Amino acid sequence: MKVLLGVGGSDDSLRALERAVERAREAGDELTVAVLDNPESAAAVDDVEERVRDTLAAADVDAAVRRLEGDPGSRLVDVAEREGFDRIVLGGGETSPLGKIQLGSIAEFVVLNASVSVTLVR
Amino acid sequence: MTRDYPDTVAGPYEPPPRTFTDRADRELTVRVYGEGPGDDLEALVEMYEGYDPEDRAQGIPPAGEERIRSWLDTITDDDCYNVVAWHDDWPAGHATLVPDRGGAYELAIFVDSDYQNAGIGTQLIEGLLGHGHDIGIERVWLTVERWNEPAISLYHKVGFERTGDGSFELEMTARLREE
Repeated sequence: MKVLLGVGGSDDSLRALERAVERAREAGDELTVAVLDNPESAAAVDDVEERVRDTLAAADVDAAVRRLEGDPGSRLVDVAEREGFDRIVLGGGETSPLGKIQLGSIAEFVVLNASVSVTLVR
Repeated sequence: MTRDYPDTVAGPYEPPPRTFTDRADRELTVRVYGEGPGDDLEALVEMYEGYDPEDRAQGIPPAGEERIRSWLDTITDDDCYNVVAWHDDWPAGHATLVPDRGGAYELAIFVDSDYQNAGIGTQLIEGLLGHGHDIGIERVWLTVERWNEPAISLYHKVGFERTGDGSFELEMTARLREE
């Protein structure tokens, strides 16, 4: 499966990174990691990219890593559709102090707009 | 995360214990968690095990005893404030305030399906806000699914104002004390 993983540096996106890389190793997915500039995340894009490359190297998974500039949600959907990806994988949201699931703005946009399948990692 | 809070203080609301008759003519009492007729925790576990899945919102209450216990552990910790509406020894509803990392508290209320639309939510939330005020809490917020009109109007009635809009949920805040 041709998978586009979006990572912006939030905790849930890093969890999605771990799981998508693990799954790619087991299932042989053709994985592309898109490093996003998430305005809701304090992490610097360079640090996020380094974390992505480290995770891939540690798992010995070969994946393309690229940066998507501009509005993260719409860029992900655009790239997935133009380049024939089967699936977009994203962090599935943070939980509030009392345990409510709170979807990030990127995931909200992607879920509402993507014509390919979307996996939100919990 | 920064949120706007109303200038006007909500309430004042009478803190628990609050005894009242609901619209189905049942007598209930809102009490602070731990002051119920039996073991509050075990009673709430039982109530949430039978909770209608359709009444779940944003993933809570969770399903299954193990997840329910773990969630209740978190929200009944020493820095959290809870009240329960008792009908004899059955918890008809539960409301909670859980601290965030910015000195404010997140609020949620739950009413068992047999006890909905009877005015119990209003008593629970007023009791919890009265309790929160007495403890010294200044700022309270919540999120609610945007299609849940009955809940939104209840929150508005007791002093919450809309502040943020996501696609699926909206945020409301209330002030319990002057800054």
